[in-house]
Amino acid sequence: MIRYLKLNDEKCVGCLTCQATCSRLYFKEDDPAKSRIQLFQMGLGKFHLVACDQECRKCVIECPTQAITVNAQGVVMINKSLCVGCLACVAVCPIGAMRYFPGDPAPFKCIACGACVKTCPADALEVAEKEESPASRLPFEIAEAARKKEVHS
Amino acid sequence: MSAFKAADFKLLGQYDFEPRSIQRGYAMRTLHLDVGTRKATEKPVSEDMKKRFTGGKGFGLKLLWDATKPTTKWNDPENEIVMGMGPIGGNTNYPGSGKSLVVSLSPMTGVPIDSNVGGFFGPYFKFGGWDALELQGKADVETIIFIDSNKGTVQFFEAPANLQQDTHLLAEELTHAFARDEKDLQSVSVVSAGRGADHSPMGILNFSLYDKRRQGIRVKQAGRGGIGTVLRDKKIRALVCRFSGVKPDLNNAVDPAEVQRIGLKLHREIIVNDDAQCKMRKQGTAHLMEIMNNYDLLPTKNHKYGQDPRGDELASWVWEKLFSQNLPDGCWYGCTMACAHAVDHYELQTGPYKGSKVCVDGPEYETAAGVGSNLYVYDPLGIVELNFYCDTYGIDTISFGTMTGFLMECWELGILNAERTDGIDLAWGNWKEAARILHDMADGKRFGVLAGKGVKFLAGYFASEYGADPQLLKDIALHGKGLEQSEYISKESLAQQGGYYLTNKGPQHDEAWLIFMDMVNNHIPTFEKKAEALHYFPMFRTWFGLQGLCKLPWNDVEPADNSKHPEPNKVPEHVENYFKLYTAITGEPLTWDGLVKQSERVYNYQRSFNIRQGYGHRKDDYPAYRAMGPVFEDEYQAREERYDRQMKEKIGIDPAGKSLAEKVKITRDYRMSQYDSLIDAVFKRRGWTPDGCPTPEHMKEIGMDLPEVLEVLNARIAGRA
Repeated sequence: MIRYLKLNDEKCVGCLTCQATCSRLYFKEDDPAKSRIQLFQMGLGKFHLVACDQECRKCVIECPTQAITVNAQGVVMINKSLCVGCLACVAVCPIGAMRYFPGDPAPFKCIACGACVKTCPADALEVAEKEESPASRLPFEIAEAARKKEVHS
Repeated sequence: MSAFKAADFKLLGQYDFEPRSIQRGYAMRTLHLDVGTRKATEKPVSEDMKKRFTGGKGFGLKLLWDATKPTTKWNDPENEIVMGMGPIGGNTNYPGSGKSLVVSLSPMTGVPIDSNVGGFFGPYFKFGGWDALELQGKADVETIIFIDSNKGTVQFFEAPANLQQDTHLLAEELTHAFARDEKDLQSVSVVSAGRGADHSPMGILNFSLYDKRRQGIRVKQAGRGGIGTVLRDKKIRALVCRFSGVKPDLNNAVDPAEVQRIGLKLHREIIVNDDAQCKMRKQGTAHLMEIMNNYDLLPTKNHKYGQDPRGDELASWVWEKLFSQNLPDGCWYGCTMACAHAVDHYELQTGPYKGSKVCVDGPEYETAAGVGSNLYVYDPLGIVELNFYCDTYGIDTISFGTMTGFLMECWELGILNAERTDGIDLAWGNWKEAARILHDMADGKRFGVLAGKGVKFLAGYFASEYGADPQLLKDIALHGKGLEQSEYISKESLAQQGGYYLTNKGPQHDEAWLIFMDMVNNHIPTFEKKAEALHYFPMFRTWFGLQGLCKLPWNDVEPADNSKHPEPNKVPEHVENYFKLYTAITGEPLTWDGLVKQSERVYNYQRSFNIRQGYGHRKDDYPAYRAMGPVFEDEYQAREERYDRQMKEKIGIDPAGKSLAEKVKITRDYRMSQYDSLIDAVFKRRGWTPDGCPTPEHMKEIGMDLPEVLEVLNARIAGRA
């Protein structure tokens, strides 16, 4: 199963509480540029929320040091001690959910912790679960196929 | 898995140093190791050295010049292997930023060779606080040099008698021996050659990187000019460097956010554009195979022909299927171009490792062409096999391909036979027999050792030993200065003949690749325009080697609107990236002129170095005729329409009624004279005398009027050297 932050754009009222909650939790400051969830105004009263869907996993495939892995809950995690800060993951993310703050050494992303869910006044966010898919399994299949099966000497 | 741990090795000597952080791309010191006395010396880098030589290959050549004499030969103890990293090298943001530049006096040419190589060794070494590494002297026992960049130690170990010699096993073994634990494997990089390099001057250095997904080492090659042979001559079995803690800003850039911004911009460009452009992420440089075959440029039968109906059997899509897909196959962190592909689980069909399933690094274009079409080998797995054994034995695939093509043509011409090859059947396409040459080279057997001496030697040897026509052999032995030509057909592009042969180190495609500009698009029709291109591109491309950069992300991906620019061949937006990247790291401004000037200094210094070693004359810059035009009548016939038309339109002679022999002769005389005119124009543009000597005035103008250089140049101009 994959745990992820389910985003309900139609319920979002654009109050930015989620961003404030997130950046305060992880960066100790209120700065939308440091929030793992993003909010875009799409027109009057219409909003679009962006956060990692935990499923596409292109970043897991791209990471040269395997600093980006998937935990037991199916959440894509970044191990900062292994990260070399190349930002390839930021480039391959198709929805811009992998973020970085200029000058900081490592990128960041939503890990479906649920902090924003608790503070959202409009019930626009929830931590949900979904099934594994071909995309979510791909990084493991690729690595398994490439792994050296025999060692000769 | 390893049979050894570092503690098992006998420690012969140790040197402790203080690791130093890099500032603005430079450590401002270099490390000199004498492997004979097992002594280490730190040398400061002066501001003057930084200004004149910039870094990377520039530092390498300067240190090599200072360490050697005009009489130094490749196998003298004072010859060095110098590795320079460059100020931009080692950043993880801009694709292609992990290159080490290796220089040495070449066993093949006698002049400095320089080779640009990926793998982790160079950056890991740099992060200990060094701009370059010099290896000098000769060890009395088989030696492993281990540098721990975190701890600040250099250790000389004796290699145990039962330690592996061929790279795919040796580098794996040493990676495990020197890693602290399983999690530390990616912190280790090994530089090694192989048994072939013990017996041939075309030895390479393999630079390893540990691949976490494959759970094994990969190797990238400093391939050209025989530096692996120098390594083995020094009795160095391997260099090992360990560094953990790679972070994006170990260069301590002036503006790290700007480095990130420019890097991310190119990452995105690659991710978006690559699949519609070169498909480097899926095929690597092997994407060129059918393009070259279609344009009559793919070396076929020792560069006699440029295409074959079977060309598609080696096309890019064949390689895409063989390469494992969707892996981050960069040769340094953060290279999203990811062209370092591999064939996994390949079961070897020949040789001592027959039956083993191995990971084969490559083939890249040069290898696929050199040991493929050039040998009339259209079995992709044959190419994979030759690629593997070249690498693990420490042999250059390009020299091996061109050399074996020459041998096969000699076989076809009857100059060679089974008696002369010790039973090896060198009929075109016979890759398993070509592999036997390699195995014999590794084992030090007669024909392998003979073949491994390269085409320059072989042409002379076959003439003197077998009474073959010396001129014919010279015509088909494709080398310049003793280095085998790399794998593009140059005979229909005069500018590319210059790109190959008006070079410092020999015919290698990394200075100028002008075939499309010249032959296909006719953008540089006059001698002056060709000369301008043969000034600009070698200078521009030299710059990658000063910085620790790879050339590929410059023009193997392009901005979507690149073609709208008046000079799309220069990929101006990417050049702008380089200015910004250089400034963001070093804090120094850079303009287009400034970039060319940095390169010009080092380029002319290298030419002066050739002159100091007794070379660098105009006569050293001529190709074998095979690189310039059709040697044989059937070769002429293969492009008769083109050649006849040229005779009429360019030479002004009506081919009608002329015999084939006459037409071959007329074409040859014309092309030789054209090449001479090209040399005149290029040397003039570069600020050189008609004999190819940089003038003292030019050296002053570019800020390279160093006394030791002027002494060499004045002696040459005065006819004293």
